[in-house]
Amino acid sequence: MNWIRRLKIDDIVLPLLGIAACVLIWYGIAGKSTTKQITDDWGDVVSVTKRTGISADLPSPGETWEASRPYIVQPFAKRGELDQGILSFTWLSLKLVAQGYFLALLIGTPIGFFLGLSKTFTRIFDPVIQILRPVSPLAWLPLGMVLFLSAKVSIPGTTLIYTASELAAIFTIAICSMWPTVMNTAVGVRAIPQDYLNVAKVLKLSRSKTLWKVLVPATLPYMFTGFRLSLGIAWLVIVAAEMLTGRPGIGGFLWQQYNALSYAHIILCIITIGVIGYALDRLMSVIEQRFKTI
Amino acid sequence: MALLELTGVSKGFGPPNKRTEVLHDINLSIEEGEFVAIVGYSGAGKTTLISLIAGLIRPDSGKATLKGLEITEPGPDRGVVFQNYSLLPWLTVFENIYLAVDQMFPNWAAQKKRAHTDRYIDMVNLTPAREKRPGELSGGMRQRVSVARALSTEPQILLLDEPLSALDALTRATLQDEIVRIWEQDKRTVVMITNDVDEGILMADRIIPLSAGPKATLGQSIPVPLARPRNRKELNHQPEFKELRRTVITYLLGEGRKQRTAVTRKLVLPDLVPEDLTFGRPVFSFGRRPVRRSELKREIVEIQP
Repeated sequence: MNWIRRLKIDDIVLPLLGIAACVLIWYGIAGKSTTKQITDDWGDVVSVTKRTGISADLPSPGETWEASRPYIVQPFAKRGELDQGILSFTWLSLKLVAQGYFLALLIGTPIGFFLGLSKTFTRIFDPVIQILRPVSPLAWLPLGMVLFLSAKVSIPGTTLIYTASELAAIFTIAICSMWPTVMNTAVGVRAIPQDYLNVAKVLKLSRSKTLWKVLVPATLPYMFTGFRLSLGIAWLVIVAAEMLTGRPGIGGFLWQQYNALSYAHIILCIITIGVIGYALDRLMSVIEQRFKTI
Repeated sequence: MALLELTGVSKGFGPPNKRTEVLHDINLSIEEGEFVAIVGYSGAGKTTLISLIAGLIRPDSGKATLKGLEITEPGPDRGVVFQNYSLLPWLTVFENIYLAVDQMFPNWAAQKKRAHTDRYIDMVNLTPAREKRPGELSGGMRQRVSVARALSTEPQILLLDEPLSALDALTRATLQDEIVRIWEQDKRTVVMITNDVDEGILMADRIIPLSAGPKATLGQSIPVPLARPRNRKELNHQPEFKELRRTVITYLLGEGRKQRTAVTRKLVLPDLVPEDLTFGRPVFSFGRRPVRRSELKREIVEIQP
């Protein structure tokens, strides 16, 4: 029985069991189509397809796989702007998320530091932050569209051109995913033990040295927790952003397929978004472990 | 003129209406090259006193001067060894000390700074642990790093805040000898705060007892005329040692304890009466639970000398 133990049976079989259970429930709820040959009122023999089930229009696992196969088998195919392989869409979405996410980190981390370091700053901006924090991405996006209505930013020296809808999407991702970074960094700065600050004071470290040698390393674990939560939110927002702007990407594809009544692809998108989100979270937690300073 | 002088220093904490004066009318004068031990109860305000000298906090009244200049902020002329080591856990032993060296001697060449750092690591016998982080070191080793860091800045006065109180007896003895050895080598002024009378007598030239807080104040300074090097084994049998010890303890237990302290404390009686759940709990209680009878009892305990 040694080889079973080496396989870590619990780590593989138990999660699979959970997935199997979900698929089974899905199968139970999904509609089944039955095709019957009947003779209609005119005396012609026609085949009629009827869907029955708890949720008649929900495609079953088998149907979903059948419909999704071209997108999965050729993941990087590009048949048209809005008809690409699933990984091709994912890549487009990830690029957009990455831009918004890094913008969020770039803005959020310093704000977090200021909040943690200065009581006055906290008093001034905490109410604003607390008010802006719970606003949904669906609410931010229209504002982003208005903000960048006639903007078209081209990066000098490259062929990159940001259109209004792209800028709006980046803005939405940034502003929605910023808050966990801001909050965690602030908490981390406030949680720095007095001992470390005393060391900085006794050694008379300069401001920049105190920041880089004491404050940043001491806050790093908190910051990374924030970064990880932020990444989760940034990925969450992408769907909303792409749905409303109609950009090609995994979220845009989902919305388009819903409008085209091909429900199987919606499920494909949901599963892809979930898997990618999970992978990103794992990746961040690996990075988090590497940057553990305390 | 004395190197370090405190005249009429008092310090209190808390809001104005409920202010407790921790230190009251502290007068202290320390000559250059002296090793002074301040011995007192825990909670008497020893750390507050060291923080005052270090410049981390300012006195409410009175004056603390170093070489005639008032102490207003921490400075390179005072090296502090904190009770809880206060090493930066993300830096190695070398980097922790180098940070201090780099700060104090910014004009030195990198090579010289490195050599200087290594010299102090060697002084506390930590060369094998040079590249280790504090988390991988034992308590005694961490405290040695802390001592090396304080010494590496070549301060005029070394402030030790209960440097050995967190260590086991054996490590403690080794480090006591080591600190005295380093002091004899460099002949720096040392102010050590401790709660161990024997430790004070073994290491210091002079012992100053600190009375119990609140309103702690320094007692009469007691010189330690024992010849160096002092041997801890023989010391226990010397009549002078016993006499000194008696003097310090007598002060601490007698005069130093003269203030009567009253403590209000909550009495938690065993819950013999079952809680009446049908009574006393409003629907919207917001997390407040019914007060148990035993929680209402308080008593005032007077501590007699």
